[in-house]
This record gives sequence, structure tokens and C-alpha cells, in this order.
Amino acid sequence: MNRPTLAWKLYIAAFYIFLFAPLLIVAIFAFNASPFPSPPWRGFTLEWFTGSGAVFGKPGVLTDSIWLASIGNSFKVAVPVALLAVFLGTVNAWVLERVEFRGKTVLAMMMLWPLVIPGVVLGISILAFFSRLANGLEEWLQTDLDFLRPGLPLVILGQLSFILTISTLIIAARLRKFDRSLEEAAFDLGASRARVLRTVTLPFLSPALIGAGLVALLMSFENFNTTLMLVGSDAPLPITMYGQMREGATPAINAVSLLLMLGVGGIASVFALTAKAER
Amino acid sequence: MMTKPAQRLTFFLLLAPAILWLGLLIVLPHVEILILSFSERVAPRVYAFGVGNYLEFFTEPLYWRTFARTAFMSILVTALTLVLAFPIALYIARVAQGRVKAMLLLLCLLPFWVSELVRTLGWMMLLRETGVISYMLRAAGLADQPVELLYNDGAVILGLVYGGLLFMIVPLANALESLEPSVVEAGFDLGGSRWTVLRRIVIPHAMPGIVAGSIIVFMLTVGNFATPVLLGGKNGLWFTEQIYAQFITRFNWPQGAAFGMLLLLLSSAIVWLGLRLTGQSLGTTLKQA
Repeated sequence: MNRPTLAWKLYIAAFYIFLFAPLLIVAIFAFNASPFPSPPWRGFTLEWFTGSGAVFGKPGVLTDSIWLASIGNSFKVAVPVALLAVFLGTVNAWVLERVEFRGKTVLAMMMLWPLVIPGVVLGISILAFFSRLANGLEEWLQTDLDFLRPGLPLVILGQLSFILTISTLIIAARLRKFDRSLEEAAFDLGASRARVLRTVTLPFLSPALIGAGLVALLMSFENFNTTLMLVGSDAPLPITMYGQMREGATPAINAVSLLLMLGVGGIASVFALTAKAER
Repeated sequence: MMTKPAQRLTFFLLLAPAILWLGLLIVLPHVEILILSFSERVAPRVYAFGVGNYLEFFTEPLYWRTFARTAFMSILVTALTLVLAFPIALYIARVAQGRVKAMLLLLCLLPFWVSELVRTLGWMMLLRETGVISYMLRAAGLADQPVELLYNDGAVILGLVYGGLLFMIVPLANALESLEPSVVEAGFDLGGSRWTVLRRIVIPHAMPGIVAGSIIVFMLTVGNFATPVLLGGKNGLWFTEQIYAQFITRFNWPQGAAFGMLLLLLSSAIVWLGLRLTGQSLGTTLKQA
């Protein structure tokens, strides 16, 4: 088993080419001086990043208000999702690891549910429920409650519904490894509960908190299925990309994809580094 | 234990996020679509209880055929992913050492941190009529006309398998990691061929990983939307597309809710069956991933 055959090695090589071919193609054609994202190669250009549209009639990513607005929308969703996922995930992890009560195993089981529900179903169920809620409340309060209608707030809630499971699991795994005698020592030395939390427990948890936040950020940024069902007029990046891909896009979509790859790669390496620090 | 009022209050404050999250974002919304799926429009803006939406599913061939097709193709995609991923996982877990091993695993992870849309865009650029493969075939003289490789079942399966690979490789490699080399050697010493050792020792040992990977890949595939729609075009015919059409395009929410319940049922049934057949639990399975 330890001496791999040539066929096996060739298969491994072919596999990694297969794995990276689509990404390489996307990246390379971001620099093609052609109005269409397809061969032949017509020379190198940065027009699809910084161009104002003077050369090809269509602007590059960094000057196109559609792309800039959808990148902005993605941040408007991802940042609250990440912050809420870390904060609420920490509380959930505490409940799972430190509090004993009847029905805890049921609760722990329920927290895993969102992972086995298809994203589209999560999306429609939240859409339908919040519409009913909005109809009821608007009739009662006699005022418009737009944040319960499709739009960015609802996208935040929809993404949070399953990202919370991930952040809870990441933080709970770290909390389980915590040596409680450290806290007891701090209590014995006269520290208050808040001070112990701030100076002993949270610093220990911090790699997991950062990790959970970054994972939440990434998952929010690339979520498509749930977002599609809950989106209003402000489209986050994946929704805009989807629309452009259906209609036929300019190489600006390659440029935006390359920026996304670089951003994601950056976040992923920060995550890999914090994961290493944890060990 | 929780006797003092202050302690009780702390307890409920700690529990509140979990209750609100699971209650408002998971349980009640699913109760809502369950109720919605059993309501029929009897007059404008008037709804009554009925199973009409489910009857519609069984009587309209487009609906149940799309459903069956989605289920069948997802099983096919899962099986293909497993077969393709196994040699890779085995190599990473058993052959590669130290730096190469870490490198190979990291290279596997990288493409999957990138958005599904970017990966699909890559495949579209490779496969379409004006795409890279068609261009290269013509340049090499293997074709005299543009070749359309997009918008067929092959393209959909390719895209879905590609999207599922990582979720198969990681649990498989984790499971194979714990296999004792001496056990494998013993198998060879006792006269087993490569194939026998693989079938009688390696695969049974990897079973938890195989189950975990297959379940995750199946769930992701059955619930996928962008890949079949973009790579399959009009021939994509994926069930999630029907849900989207009912909810967003036709605004027939009760019908869409019934479809949603059916998709949830299919996904849960396969997960349950997979766990049942192999005697694994959901918790340990998800931990493998």
C-alpha cells in the first residue's frame, strides 16, 4: 500500500489539474482584452478591473456601480452575521458545555438540524413565516414593517439560521478543552465572575472566536441558496453574479471572481494560522 | 439546583438565544410551510385545508419526474464522487507524508473556500460553445465546428461531482488515517491481493467516513440550485428550481411549500436510511466531516 503505482500517481496529478482548471481559467480571462469572457486571447489588460468603459463600452469592476453595490451589500450582510454568530454562538456553547438541565440532549440535537435542511427550504420557510408575521403585526400596529419583508435584514436572519450551528460547534469544541481549575484559581484569588470571564475564559476562547467569525464571514459571503429566496432589491454578490451568468457577462465577472478568490484566500490563510495557534 | 431567582434569570438569559434561534428561524418557519402546504385556494384570498398541492405533484408528470430525476441523479453523483475521491483520500491518508500530505490536503480545501458561483463560472467558460475546450479542439484540428459541451446532463453531473469532492475527501481521509499499517501488512502476508486487502480491510475500516461523506454530498447535491440551473440550462430540471418557480416566479406559495416539504422529506429519508443501514448516528457523522 505504501508504494503507489504509476497509474495511481498519474490519477492524483490529473485530479489536481481537474480541481484547479476552472479556477485558473476564470483568473486568466480576467485579464483578456476582449469584450467576451472566452478565447481567443487578445492581449493583457487591466480594463476589467479599473477601466471606465471607454475601451470596451462596459466598465471594469471597480468603476461599475452594480458590482460595487453588490460587494457593499455582501458586507452589510456578512459583518452582522459574523458578529451575531460569534456572540450568540458563544452563549450557545456555554449552554452546551457548562449548564445542566433537563432536555439538554434534545436541545443539542436540535442545534444540528439546520445542517440537514436544504438551504432552499430554509429560505422559503423563513420567507413564508416572516411574511405571515409581518401581515399580522402590520394589521395590529397599523404600520409598515419592511424589515420582515424580503431584503437584507431577512437575508441576515436566513444565513444566521444555519451559520449559528457552525459557530456554536466551533466554540463549544474549544470550551470543552478548557481546564476549569484555571477559573477556580482566579475565583480563589478574589476575582469577580465578570473579571474571570474577561481575563481567563475569553482569552482562552479567542482563537475559536476568531475562527468562528471568519468561517461565518466566508459562509455568508458565498451563500447562494438561502439568500436567493430572501433577497429583495439589494442583491449581494452571489446573486448579482448569478444574474450576470444567466444573461451573459463581460470579463468583469472574471475580475470580480478573481478579487473574491484573493479575498477568500486571504481570510482562509488567517484562519489556517489561528487554527495552527490553537494546537 | 436552580433555586435562587438570580440563578434562574441567568439560566433563562443564557438559554434565550438558542430558544429564539431554533424557535423563530427553524421550528416555527417549518410549521408554517407545513400548514401552508396543506392549504388550497378556494376563492381569491380565501384558503381552506386540503391535500390538493400534493395531489398536483403526483398528477403533473413534470413535477414528479423532476423530483425522481433529482433523487436519481443525486444518488449517481454521490456514488461517482465516492469512487473518484477514494484513491485521493487513500493517497493523502496512507501514502503522502509530512509536508506533501499537508500540502495535498490544503490544495483540496482551497477551491472550496471560493464561491460556488465562481467554480460554476469556470466550468461554463471551459464547456460552452465559445469556451476553452471547444476552442482547443478546433485549434488541434479535432473538430471543425464549435462544440457545445454545456447544457446537458453530463455537464450537470460534472459540476455537481466537482462541488461534492471536498466533502467526500476530508471524511474519507480522516477515517483512513486511523487504519493501522500492520493490519494492512498482515492482510498482504496472509496472501491477500491488493484488491482483497482493499475490499476486506481498507473499505470496512473507512465505512464511517464513507457514510459521512456520502450523506453530506447527497444533501448538498439534492439541495443545489445554481449548478444544475447554470450548467444544465433548460435541461437542468432540478427540483429546487421548481420550488423557486412556485415561490418567486408564480407566487403560488402553497404549491411551493408542498414541494419544499417533499424535498425535505427526500433529503431526510436518505440521510436516515444511510445512517440506519450502517448503524451510525447523526452527531458522530457530522463530526467526521
